[in-house]
Amino acid sequence: MQLDSLSRRLIDRFQHGMPLCAEPYRAMAEALECSEEEVLASLQHLEQNGGLSRIGPVFEHSLAGASTLVALAVPPARVEAVAARINSYPEVNHNYLREHRYNLWFVITGPDRAHLDRLLAQIEAETGLTPLDLPMRRAYRIDLGFPIGDAP
Amino acid sequence: MTGTLDHWQAMQLRSLLEAGLPLAARPYQLLAERIGASEKAVLEQIRSWSEDGLFRRVGLVLKHRALGFRANAMLVMDIPDEQVDEVGRRLGKATGVNLCYQRPRRMPDWPYNLFCMVHGREREQVCQLIEKLLTEHGLSDVPHQLLFSTRAFKQCGGRYAPPAARELAHG
Repeated sequence: MQLDSLSRRLIDRFQHGMPLCAEPYRAMAEALECSEEEVLASLQHLEQNGGLSRIGPVFEHSLAGASTLVALAVPPARVEAVAARINSYPEVNHNYLREHRYNLWFVITGPDRAHLDRLLAQIEAETGLTPLDLPMRRAYRIDLGFPIGDAP
Repeated sequence: MTGTLDHWQAMQLRSLLEAGLPLAARPYQLLAERIGASEKAVLEQIRSWSEDGLFRRVGLVLKHRALGFRANAMLVMDIPDEQVDEVGRRLGKATGVNLCYQRPRRMPDWPYNLFCMVHGREREQVCQLIEKLLTEHGLSDVPHQLLFSTRAFKQCGGRYAPPAARELAHG
């Protein structure tokens, strides 16, 4: 999607942090010297065009609960069906197809590790595929921001 | 409408926040109405969570593919255990590396213990960046693989709140 100037400024300014107050969009508008209506319209446009996942907190998963990265080696003919089944779990996010024998990669999150263990067992039972369970041991960098400002 | 949230209201609020703030003038007022609390109590709870470090950040969460960052590679490396922290810290500071994590090996199927995510607009550009990264850090001879993503089946935030709180909050 093409980004207009206000969308780029919103992204650059507020992807790493935004005002925590009763009227956050008004505060964002004041910071960018435009109207609250323009901010809301721009964010709605971003969302409708698939560029915005959501607005709000990204949880620190070591405090929020448990999470792990999972990989499955899915036979090519079964990729669509297995990916759809994996997508259907609310605990699953970021489900990607990658170029490798282990071709389906997704993150599962839940209130605690026991919850994840049960889900992994269920996935194995339903798909007949043994999941690689790769929980994070240590983070050296976590930065999901993107330098949108220099976009063509 | 008490001054602070009870445990169940707090759990429901977390579940609502995981789905994102409404795009409305008073988003916290709308969340407060959903859980039968005051806007002030909701904001205080969120500030308190923020101070406790529950959030990595609060802001716009983007879908990089739709915004043109279509070349997304996961670089995985097998680094000797005694060096992995040092290498991880160095790669974590390198330009172009968005995420850098240590994860366990799963032998014999998976020998890699260090993961880097590199996002770019073009595949060739990402390949060059990674090649340069490996050379500069003396890692060209380390066993490694590059896993480009070819499709995103799902991209959303984590759902940590207990399922019961989620059902209650989202009705």
